[in-house]
Amino acid sequence: MVRSGTLILSVAARLLLPLQLLFSLFLLLRGHDEPGGGFIAGLVASGAFALYLFAYGGRAMHAMLKVSPRDLIGVGLTLGVLSTLPALWQGEPFFTAQWWTIPLIDFKASTPLLFDIGVYLVVLGSVLTAITALVDNDREDDA
Amino acid sequence: MQLAVLGGFVVAGMAPLLHRWFGDRTPLVMALLPASLAAWLLGQWPAIAAGEVLLLEWAWVPGLDISLSFLIDGLAWLFALLITGIGALVLVYTGDYLRGHRDLPRFLVVLTAFMMSMLGLVLADNLVTLFVFWELTSITSFLLIGFNHGDLSARKAAQQGLYVTVGGGLALLAGFVMLAMAGGSWSLAELTTRGDELRDHALYPPLLACLLIGAFTKSAQFPFHFWLPSAMAAPTPVSAYLHSATMVKAGVYLLARLHPALGGTDAWTLSLSLVGAFTMATGAFLAIHHTNLKKLLAYSTVMALGTLTMLLGLGTPAALVAFVTFLLAHSLYKGALFMVAGILDHETGTKDVTHMGGLRRVMPRTAVVAAVAALSLAGMPPLLGFVGKELMLESALAATHFRVIIVGLTFVAAFLTLAVAAIVALRPFHGAWRRTPRSPHEAPPGMLVGPALLAALSLLLGLVPGRLDALVASTVAGLGAVDHEVHLALWHGINLPLLLSLASLALGLAVWHRWDRLRARLARLRPLMARGPEAGYEALMAGLVAGAEWQTRMLQNGHIRNYLVVTLLTLLGLVGHALFFRHAPSLDVPVEAYLHEAVVAGLMVAGAVAACVMRSRLAAVAAVGIMGFSIALVFVLFSAPDLAITQLLVETLTVILLVLVLFRLPRFATLSTPTERARDVVVAGLSGLMITLLMLSVLAGERLPRISDYLIANSQPQGHGHNIVNVILVDFRALDTLGEMFVLALAAIGVLAMLRFHAGDHEVGRSSTREHGDG
Repeated sequence: MVRSGTLILSVAARLLLPLQLLFSLFLLLRGHDEPGGGFIAGLVASGAFALYLFAYGGRAMHAMLKVSPRDLIGVGLTLGVLSTLPALWQGEPFFTAQWWTIPLIDFKASTPLLFDIGVYLVVLGSVLTAITALVDNDREDDA
Repeated sequence: MQLAVLGGFVVAGMAPLLHRWFGDRTPLVMALLPASLAAWLLGQWPAIAAGEVLLLEWAWVPGLDISLSFLIDGLAWLFALLITGIGALVLVYTGDYLRGHRDLPRFLVVLTAFMMSMLGLVLADNLVTLFVFWELTSITSFLLIGFNHGDLSARKAAQQGLYVTVGGGLALLAGFVMLAMAGGSWSLAELTTRGDELRDHALYPPLLACLLIGAFTKSAQFPFHFWLPSAMAAPTPVSAYLHSATMVKAGVYLLARLHPALGGTDAWTLSLSLVGAFTMATGAFLAIHHTNLKKLLAYSTVMALGTLTMLLGLGTPAALVAFVTFLLAHSLYKGALFMVAGILDHETGTKDVTHMGGLRRVMPRTAVVAAVAALSLAGMPPLLGFVGKELMLESALAATHFRVIIVGLTFVAAFLTLAVAAIVALRPFHGAWRRTPRSPHEAPPGMLVGPALLAALSLLLGLVPGRLDALVASTVAGLGAVDHEVHLALWHGINLPLLLSLASLALGLAVWHRWDRLRARLARLRPLMARGPEAGYEALMAGLVAGAEWQTRMLQNGHIRNYLVVTLLTLLGLVGHALFFRHAPSLDVPVEAYLHEAVVAGLMVAGAVAACVMRSRLAAVAAVGIMGFSIALVFVLFSAPDLAITQLLVETLTVILLVLVLFRLPRFATLSTPTERARDVVVAGLSGLMITLLMLSVLAGERLPRISDYLIANSQPQGHGHNIVNVILVDFRALDTLGEMFVLALAAIGVLAMLRFHAGDHEVGRSSTREHGDG
């Protein structure tokens, strides 16, 4: 049932996917000052992959994603937990945000950003896990 | 010390690795850990004897006054030394007992973790730390009792022990919280100094009750005594350890630790001395029913624990001296006897004492060790057990309340214990030779060294009990009897305790002689005893399961419609109650809506009505979608772009998921009946009405200081971000977000598991066979 086979969707999905992913990264990185953030960005990215899945089917999406969505969840959770630790190095309470500025590009790096990336990956991984589970289930039923 | 305990857990985890390097010698290698700890403790002895208290504090959660602090005074030192010393011997013993056993590494992991939990428990100064270690001992002992998990009875015994001790643990937690509230501190050392304040506090009766339940379940006091003999399903090294040095004494330790703070009141004295005395007699009485060596010993442990509790309840300085002496004596002989029981089991292949006889000829050394340890158990001179027993009788005779009952029960326990000692030490080794399932040999040296050492100590300390004066004095000082002159002696002259001892000797020997006949008569009591506390436990468990089944049928029956109705009705009841009975709802809100707001509201109402009346599923989904997008519009109108974006994206993804799901659903074949629909209309209508009233009341009510002002002011200076929503999510309330990440991950795994296991039953089969392979 999944996999439309219509030309418009196939072409659109292929063109839109990079744009959507780029947009999700944009949302992720600017989230601390402007509307955005890990949760929203993760949802946008999930939408992008879902569109691709509808156009080309589950197997193609897996091939493009290369990693299992479940691994994304794991990496995301790990990043989330790791981001809480640098504060301990500074002798501050667990979870206190740490800020560094990378000089040349004047970029604010911080543990909240790391944390946000963790959120992003967990959201993306969770949604994709659910979607691919539903799709795989269909395929087994069809077979 | 903290490092040693926490490091001990790491060592425990490394056991499988060590096993790869050292093979069967791993237990010996691991015994170095408790042995070195014991050596360190011995090195601290001069300071402890001088009355110093070592306090090693580590901050843990300073904001809540919780620290990982350890305190070593006389009492803690004695327990810690027993735990590490006997622990080392038990590990050595394990080396031969479980030689070549497939699950040896697992056993070592759990046993070492258990050892460290126990050590942490007796050293902990903070109530929270103590509780954490307390529960750790419950969990690790559960794993130890259920070590042979292929055996149903072992699993059942492990569960029983866990439920009883953890159930008591919950009461204990409540007691600790009340204790900290009443005493104004989480530190045991602090609380000890505030005894008067605590005893006069209004919370004293409930907190005492909770603490006693916790301590009594852990230390197998009547009526919670039944789990301990069941726990004999554990491998013998565990029994030896559990009974001599650790777990079951945790409750007694706690009572002793709290004695200076809470002891001395009538409530304390009566409950402890009566429960203790009753447990003591019950344990001794139940012991002679059994022919299984380990059960015999287990019930005699119940008896000893009762004795210790009783002595604490009596609470006089003399009783406290008796407490410490008896504790030490019991640890030494019970450890030795359990190891002997293990040797007999290991060599003969049976645990039934009536199937053994004349083993003295093949196992002379074991026979000697058993005899010495049993003499101490029986309380015969010149062993330490005798010193302990005399002191105990003396304290019982000096009891102020219910003296007749206490002395009577003590006497019963004394002569029955003597019979038990004779059964354990004489029956297997003397008399006519009996064939056993395995042909017995002398025990290997690794298994003999532990019991021999413990038995020798019982004898040596019995001969020169004065050597223990300093130890007992410093321990008793920790119990609150400061400045009490302590002098232990083997010979007190001819007095009432000695006469009682002699009488119990005569009666005990009589019981031993007629034991076989006595057992046959006692067997007639079986139906009566089958209605004891254990039956109550079984009934409780059966009731619990029945209750769970009932509520699953009623509430969790898989119909999402029912879930919603139940959830909404509960919400209606609780919020409605609060709204109407606590605060009268006020509807005094001026309504000034702009046109576009009214339009959005109208859209939402239209969407809701449409979703209710549609007969096509797709249309209903679309109508719900209108609701969602309208809500997003509301967010936009009230300048919350983040929420609006989130809402839009979630709506979009919902549509995607629904598309995937809708195709799998059956047609609308079974529509709900008119009654059900009427019910749904009522519930939905009421919920809507109530939420509306709630919102209006909130708006009309007085303005509380708003947290958002703080967040707006601090978002940029402290969170380095202009987007408040995001700063809250990743900075101010990041811990919540982290929790939600885990929830999300779990939800995804749940979806995956549900769909997978539903789809392919063959996969379930495969994973379950793999589990069997592991086991």
